Amino acid sequence: MIPQTFEYTAPKTLEEALQIIAGGGKPLSGGMSLIPMMKLRLAAPDHLVDLGRLKDLHYIREEGGALHIGATTTHQDVASSALVRGKCPLLAQTAGGVGDPQVRNRGTIGGSVAHADPSADYPAAMQALEAKFVLKGAKSERTVAAADFFLDTFLTALEPGEIVREVIVPVEDGSTGTHYEKVVQKASGFAVVGIAVRISRKAGKIVWARVGVTGLANHAYRATAVEKGLAGTSGGATEVQNAAAVVADGIEANSDLHASAEYRKHLAVVHTIRALLAALARTA
Amino acid sequence: MNINLKINGKTHSDDVEPRLLLIHYLREVVGLTGPHVGCETSLCGACTVECDGKAVKSCTMFAVQADGANVTTIEGLAVDGKLHAMQEAFWNEHGAQCGFCTPGMIMASKQILDRNPHPTDEEIRMGLEGNVCRCTGYQHIVNAVRAAAKAGA
Repeated sequence: MIPQTFEYTAPKTLEEALQIIAGGGKPLSGGMSLIPMMKLRLAAPDHLVDLGRLKDLHYIREEGGALHIGATTTHQDVASSALVRGKCPLLAQTAGGVGDPQVRNRGTIGGSVAHADPSADYPAAMQALEAKFVLKGAKSERTVAAADFFLDTFLTALEPGEIVREVIVPVEDGSTGTHYEKVVQKASGFAVVGIAVRISRKAGKIVWARVGVTGLANHAYRATAVEKGLAGTSGGATEVQNAAAVVADGIEANSDLHASAEYRKHLAVVHTIRALLAALARTA
Repeated sequence: MNINLKINGKTHSDDVEPRLLLIHYLREVVGLTGPHVGCETSLCGACTVECDGKAVKSCTMFAVQADGANVTTIEGLAVDGKLHAMQEAFWNEHGAQCGFCTPGMIMASKQILDRNPHPTDEEIRMGLEGNVCRCTGYQHIVNAVRAAAKAGA
């Protein structure tokens, strides 16, 4: 499988990269989605702009109560980072389950978010974390919340010429328990359904819950009805089951050879219960 | 486009088309046919090589992306005719049957122990998640990695 011909540039600076992208160049990060698409000739960009070598996009740092992660930070680096594991365990757990070890060595957080595959793992965590994305173009920079970023299958709020420059996720406090639970598609490692959960419980009562769902719909979403059903309860088994029952309500579920829409909805409920119970077990 | 990289300790400089995949560069330009072309869709892991110390699927990387990199293929593991401990373990434990997946299996297995010298069986299996074997049923491969860990590979 040989892709169509293209021009390749590995810019030395982000500014240079953004200039070429503004002129129609296609950003390449880890290439774990783009290269297979090019090999299948589902994508045929004229000009690839390799962001993978830009050292100033590869970082994880804590700043102002949040973690800032550069776009070309690999899944492996997110999953193995002591900072992420300690302060945003949901993201570390999610990153550690993407694809397989070889894919995690090359694939990047910015690339995955920008690609917005409806079965990708990261978007579920991004919704649950209420992450923010710094989007940068040659002459612009803006910050967009995850809730406003994922628009449709492979469609995001990115404008032509913009890249995801940075991902911002919160630092969890001691009251929070988190978990990511997915039904894995064995060959690819993608999520048939994936549920990312954060729960804050204080003095035995759930203060708030955040539930991100991937694989089920055309893009990852926050199951706010589940969140509302949990708030104020103690998080007992029946309360969790009742709250999780509505996770797929009103959703037009995906259907493919891995799972029918009906089965996906069933999986979503079952795995929301499991994710909630696992996250609750991690709360104080 | 001209690329310069180190493969198994030797410097290479070649003019390549940007669309040339690393696996085809290694096999057809450099002549290293150890890494295999299996599924071509980055699922099977037969093409796994090490690039700057990390296991990668060379069918899902362009050769130009490896410009300046340090690449190790299965051919680079043995030193002066002496097999790497992981190769030795695959040999002893019968970790290969038809052998097609073996070069990739060994490169992925090496990374498991590079990162964690004493993995549990589950960690070994998770570390081999990106490699498919159609013959062995995996048990002998897991045994091989465990044996290599014991031998201090």
